[in-house]
Amino acid sequence: MTTDTTAPDQTPSSIIGRPKRQRWQPDRQHVPVIATLTLLAFMYGIGVVNYEGFDDIQVVLNIFVDGAFLLVVAVGMTFVILTGGIDLSVGAVIALTTTLGATLLHAGWPAGVVLPLLLLLGTTLGLAMGAVIHYFEVEPFIATLAGMFLARGLALLINRNSIPIDNGFWVSVAQERIRFDKGVFISSSVVIALLVVLVAAIVLAWTRFGRCVYAIGGNADSALLMGLPVARTRVAVYGISGFCAALGGVLYSFYTLSGYSLHAQGLELDAIAAVVIGGVLLAGGSGYLFGTVLGVLVLGLIQTIITFQGTLSSWWTRIVVGVLLFAFIVLQRVVAGKRSVQR
Amino acid sequence: MTFHKHHLFWPFAVFVLLLVLNIFFSNNFFSITVHDGHLYGSLIDIARRAAPLILVGVGMTLVIATGGIDLSVGSVMAVSGALSCLLIGDLGDPDGVAGVLGAIAVALLLCLGLGVWNGFLVSVIGIQPIVATLILMVAGRGLAQLITGGQILNVTSAPYRVIGAGYFLALPVSVLIAVAVAIVAGLLTRRTALGLLLQSVGGSPAASRLAGIQARGLTWLVYVIAAVCAGIAGLIYSSNVASADSNAAGNLIELDAILAVVIGGTALTGGRFSLSGTVLGAVLIETLNVTILSVGIPVEATLLFKAVVVVVLCLGQSPAFRERVLRRRTPVVATKEVAA
Repeated sequence: MTTDTTAPDQTPSSIIGRPKRQRWQPDRQHVPVIATLTLLAFMYGIGVVNYEGFDDIQVVLNIFVDGAFLLVVAVGMTFVILTGGIDLSVGAVIALTTTLGATLLHAGWPAGVVLPLLLLLGTTLGLAMGAVIHYFEVEPFIATLAGMFLARGLALLINRNSIPIDNGFWVSVAQERIRFDKGVFISSSVVIALLVVLVAAIVLAWTRFGRCVYAIGGNADSALLMGLPVARTRVAVYGISGFCAALGGVLYSFYTLSGYSLHAQGLELDAIAAVVIGGVLLAGGSGYLFGTVLGVLVLGLIQTIITFQGTLSSWWTRIVVGVLLFAFIVLQRVVAGKRSVQR
Repeated sequence: MTFHKHHLFWPFAVFVLLLVLNIFFSNNFFSITVHDGHLYGSLIDIARRAAPLILVGVGMTLVIATGGIDLSVGSVMAVSGALSCLLIGDLGDPDGVAGVLGAIAVALLLCLGLGVWNGFLVSVIGIQPIVATLILMVAGRGLAQLITGGQILNVTSAPYRVIGAGYFLALPVSVLIAVAVAIVAGLLTRRTALGLLLQSVGGSPAASRLAGIQARGLTWLVYVIAAVCAGIAGLIYSSNVASADSNAAGNLIELDAILAVVIGGTALTGGRFSLSGTVLGAVLIETLNVTILSVGIPVEATLLFKAVVVVVLCLGQSPAFRERVLRRRTPVVATKEVAA
């Protein structure tokens, strides 16, 4: 566990009455994360017992290699969902960044210019959506849906075909492998993704901004009355999500070495699923980034098990993810108690 | 009431504008020819393409009226098409009317079950509608692929083909089905108390319950209706292409349906809805698609156009935007217009 003391919105259910002596029991906030961790260990155990070669360390590392871009996107999504919002545009932003990046690189632009430009574009789009959501009180669902149409539409407009990337920097980063002993390796994308996770976890747990994110998710009106910078924070989380989506797009283009306007279709669902499975409350205000990481790992592990099994078809992934989503949402309801979340 | 303040004025104006635009770019846009006793023409084509969207949109309108949302409609469409095609393929005589009707009934029954599931999650367990229907949105397409075994199932069945591609009294059957469902829904909500109750639940579930309205049962009901409407739309889609494609059927239609509902002036926060607006919205979206084709704008730009339309309409609907930007131009009365 990475966090236990800094949870900013512990429910004051035990204020009334004298504190009773009690056996150790997990903090309610931690239950979903512990459940995910148990599930992960259980699934890994099943894999190791049933499939030959599953206990190879590289199997675990490959989950990170294949899921690096999803991890980055899910980090951004966590910020948004913690404030009680949602961002449907992330998949489309990935498509836009890969397409635009590949086009510019193909036109001979240096990587040193293209890379910051892509990140800036994603951040700007996110900030714009955040501004519309906060200042014009448009529902996050609709505003980011428009952003999704916009980004995917722009990508299609730039080029409807898949464009290969042959830029020297891009290829060298994509092929860079950080090797440990005995042929065990990770890609450079994994390092970037883990760095993003680390920075985001620190920001959420130990900074004023992070506390404000939790406060808005808990109750935006109270946060405003407490004098917290609600406007700035709410616009910023969508900016962060846009940045993460753009960075995810860059990692995706490292992964596939191509730009394509139909890349990452439905990725927003994977990201949301990972965040929910990781125990972040979709109503906002509760959850940990560590849970999101676990959620991404669970999704990756399902994929790996289905690959190892060989006889199971790919659509079982969707069904299993659906069942897990259901289980974790019901668990959240139980943990959250009778607190009404219906709009 | 002045005419330009009617809640459907702007969508209707855009619709007429698109039609007028088409006159200049395609010669015989408004010509409807009779061929083999069937009507053919661009307008009929638009209506046929809009039929599934109208069906899904009608269900979505009722769900949104209660303050919810249903993301699973596209997956439900895929499931209903997949199951009916599978059952018809297994029939000894695929051209037998009774067998086809049975297959359709089973498929719609499954959709009804899916709707009951969605409604249960939202109304009994109390999960947020977006999240509750997200589960089926993800798992439903997997279920459809499971039913078809990951293949695209082709069916050759004359009676089944009638639903999506047939004609009755010179009019496409799919359009007739969609219009019939829309009219029934309209009568139920406007000629009985149901519409009032739905608006009440959408306005405030707690207050409605205290007023003696069965908020839980009503919420449950609308998800069932939405799923059945999506199921019928799935039948029309798969019948029209004579196959069940689990990936293509109803792909992203939930977004188009929500868009149609919003264009029609239904508030996403619930409590105010307009079925006629949704029908107009659905027709408008398909007209937009056809116009983009006939004007010669590349297909890729369709999404950009939609993005612009969504942004403009949502900002126009947002009271905050009106107040900040359009304060002098928009009197407060306009926002209080009640859907007729």
